[in-house]
Amino acid sequence: MSATPTHRDTPFPHRHLLGIEGLQPHEILGLLDRADEAVEVSRQVDKRKTVLSGRTQINLFFEASTRTQSSFEIAGKRLGADVLNMAVSQSSVKKGETLIDTAATLNAMRPDLLVVRHHAAGAVHLLARKVDCSVVNAGDGPHEHPTQALLDALTIRRHKGKIARLTVAICGDIAHSRVARSNIILLNALGARVRVIAPSTLLPGGIQKMGVEVFNDMREGLKGCDIVMMLRLQRERMNGAFIPSVREYYRYYGLDAEKLAYANEDALVMHPGPMNRGVEIDPAIADGPQSLIREQVEMGVAVRMAVLEALAAHLPNS
Amino acid sequence: MAHDTPKPLVLSNARVIDPARKLDEPGAVIISDGKILAAGSDAANQGAPEGVEIIDCGGAIVAPGLIDMCVSVGEPGHEHRETLASASDAAAAGGITTICTMPETDPIIDDPALVDFVLRRARDTASINVHPLAALTKGLDGVEMTEIGLLKEAGAIAFTNGHKSVRNAQVMRRMMTYARDFDALIIHHTEDPDLAGGVMNAGLNASWKGLSGVPREAEIIMLERDLRLVGMSKSKYHANLISTSDSADVIRAGKKRGLDITAGISINHLTQNENDIGPYRTFFKMSPPLRDEDDRQAMIAGLADGTIDVIVSNHDPQDVETKRHPWAEAEDGAIGLETLLAAALRLYHAEQIDLVTLLAAMTCNPADRLGLASGRLSAGSPADIVVFDPDKPWVLEKSAIKSRSKNSPFEDARFSGRVLKTIVGGKVVFG
Repeated sequence: MSATPTHRDTPFPHRHLLGIEGLQPHEILGLLDRADEAVEVSRQVDKRKTVLSGRTQINLFFEASTRTQSSFEIAGKRLGADVLNMAVSQSSVKKGETLIDTAATLNAMRPDLLVVRHHAAGAVHLLARKVDCSVVNAGDGPHEHPTQALLDALTIRRHKGKIARLTVAICGDIAHSRVARSNIILLNALGARVRVIAPSTLLPGGIQKMGVEVFNDMREGLKGCDIVMMLRLQRERMNGAFIPSVREYYRYYGLDAEKLAYANEDALVMHPGPMNRGVEIDPAIADGPQSLIREQVEMGVAVRMAVLEALAAHLPNS
Repeated sequence: MAHDTPKPLVLSNARVIDPARKLDEPGAVIISDGKILAAGSDAANQGAPEGVEIIDCGGAIVAPGLIDMCVSVGEPGHEHRETLASASDAAAAGGITTICTMPETDPIIDDPALVDFVLRRARDTASINVHPLAALTKGLDGVEMTEIGLLKEAGAIAFTNGHKSVRNAQVMRRMMTYARDFDALIIHHTEDPDLAGGVMNAGLNASWKGLSGVPREAEIIMLERDLRLVGMSKSKYHANLISTSDSADVIRAGKKRGLDITAGISINHLTQNENDIGPYRTFFKMSPPLRDEDDRQAMIAGLADGTIDVIVSNHDPQDVETKRHPWAEAEDGAIGLETLLAAALRLYHAEQIDLVTLLAAMTCNPADRLGLASGRLSAGSPADIVVFDPDKPWVLEKSAIKSRSKNSPFEDARFSGRVLKTIVGGKVVFG
C-alpha cells in the first residue's frame, strides 16, 4: 500500500519545522517515508523507540487543542522523550511581551523540542528566534499547520500510491485556514492539482495567484476530483458576517452524497477535524466508505513521530 | 395575474413606442397567448389571429407597461396603509405592470418563507406582476447578511436594506462579495446615517424653517464609498435614489471605470424641489430629502444623458397616524404609483427629455437591470402594456386616489397625459 521508501534517508537540514514553505519536495517525501515506518511501529504491541531518549519535549499550546496536543504527546512518548504539556490560558496572557517572556522562561528549562500552537500568525516564528531548541509549529493562526498537511499527504499517498497529478479540492473557509495554506504549498510541491471551493467571503485576497483553481460553485469544483478535503467552519463566522446562516452554507457548500457524486467515483473524503456534522459535511459522508477522516488521526501520530525524529538529528550533542 | 388565457388582442391605430429598440412610429401591437406577436408599423399590416379583439387606440401611445423598482406596500403588517391588492390597483391605474416591493414590512422580508408569502399573496390578490425585494441584512439591522442564495431561489429579485444605508463598510463589502457569487443585485439607499441626521435638505431653506438639515454630502460620501466597494468586490450595484448633481458625477465616473452600476431616482426629485414643501407640508417629507432647483435640473440632465438609468415612484403609503405630525416627527414617504407616468411626462412637455429616453427609464432599463423579459415590445415578450394619451389633461383629486393612503405630494396637481389602458400578460387590468 505504501510507496517504496526511497527518500527515507534524505537529510532533513532544518532545525525547526515552522511551515511547509521552505521545504524541498524530497525533504517532504523523506518525512513521509519515515512516517510510513512510524505507522508500522505504532501498530506493534511494543511501540517504544529510543531515538528521543533523555530528551525533553514541551507542548506549548496557547490555543486549546485536544487532538493535536495529544497526537504530539503520544508521538514524543513513543520516541522515548519526556513530554510536558503546558496549556497557557489566554486570559492570563498579555500578548507580545508575554510570549517572549514565556519563551525565555522555557528556554531556561533547557527543553530539546518545543511544540507550539498560537492564535496569532507568526507567533511561532517569533518564539523560534528566542530559544535554543528545535521548534515545531503546531498551528499559528491562519498561517501554517505543517504536520496537518504532512499527515494529509501521508494519508493520500497510502491510498492513491502517489500525490502527483491527483486533483485535490479544498473546500470551505480557506481565508482563515492554516490547514489550507499548508496543504496548498505541500500539494503543489508534490505535483498535485489543487482547487479551492468556497464562497468569495471565505477566500483570501489574491487566492488566484496561490497556485490553485478557484471555484464558487461546489458541484463545478468537485468534477473530476480525486480527493475532497473539507475544512471546519468556525462558529463565529457562521451567522451573518461571512456567510448568512448554517442552512445556507450547508445547502451550497456542505458535502453530501449529491455533491460528492460530482467527484470521481473513487474520490476520498478528508477533514482535519473536529467536524461540524450538518454544517460542512453530511454525517453519512463523514462516516461513510469514502471517508478517510479516522485514518487521518492515526497518520497524525506517525507524521509527528517522523518530524520529531528528523529534527532530533540536529539537536545539540546528538 | 392572469390565470385563464385571454383572447388575442390587437391594439390598432396607435403610436407605438418601444424604448428598447428606440422605436417610435405609427402602427399596431398584436397580442396572443399573453405575449407580444408583433409591434410597430409592420404589425399594422399583419394578419390578425382568429377570434381577435381589436381595440382602436385613436392615435394614443402604446408602450411597454412601466416597471417600478421601488414600491413600499403595507402587506404584511400595515394593511391599513396598503395591501398588495390596493397597490396593484393603483399601479394599474398608473400604467405600471410590474412592481418591486420593498422589504420594510412587518415582519421584514428577510426569510425565504416570507418571500414565498409575498409571492403567493400577490398571485392571489394582485392583477400586476409583483417581485419582492429581500432584505440585505437580517431585520434590516445593517449587521448580519441575509440568506442571499436561499432568498434568491425563493424568488427575491434583488436585495436592499430599504430606506437605510448599511453603515459598516466591512459588512457592506462582505455582502457585496457574497452577493457576487450568486449574481445577486444589491440596491442600496445612499445616505450616511450619521451625517444624514436632519429632516430636510440642508441649507438656507432649512435654516429659516428651523429644521435640521441633511447635507448633500451624506449621499455623496455613501455613494462614493459604495462604488469603491463595488470595485473591490466586482459586484452588481444599483444606487436606489440619488438626488444631487455630485451624485450624478460620481455615477458617471464609476460607469467610466467599468463598474457594474446603475442609478435610480424618484419621480419626486425630478419634478419637485425643496420649495414645494411650503408651510411644512409633510407629504413632501421624504428620504433623500427634496433638494434645490439646481440639483433637480442636474438630475434631469443626468437622466437625459444616461447617467441615471431608472425612474421609480418610491411609492410609500403613510397614513395620518404617521404623517399628521410636526415636520420633524412625521414619517418620510409619499405615494406615487398613480402619478408616476403623468408626472414624468412633465419633463417631456417641458422639452427637457425625449419620450423614448424617458420611457426607457421606466421600462427596458429596469427590466435589463432586474433580468426581466418584460419592459419591451419585441416579439415573444410578455404582453405588459400601457396605452396612454400624452396630452390629455387631468387633475389629481384626493377622492379618486386608488391607493389606501392618500399622502400624495401631487394632490390637486394638474397633469397632461393620462393612462387609458393597462394590460398585463395580455389581459386588460385597467381601462
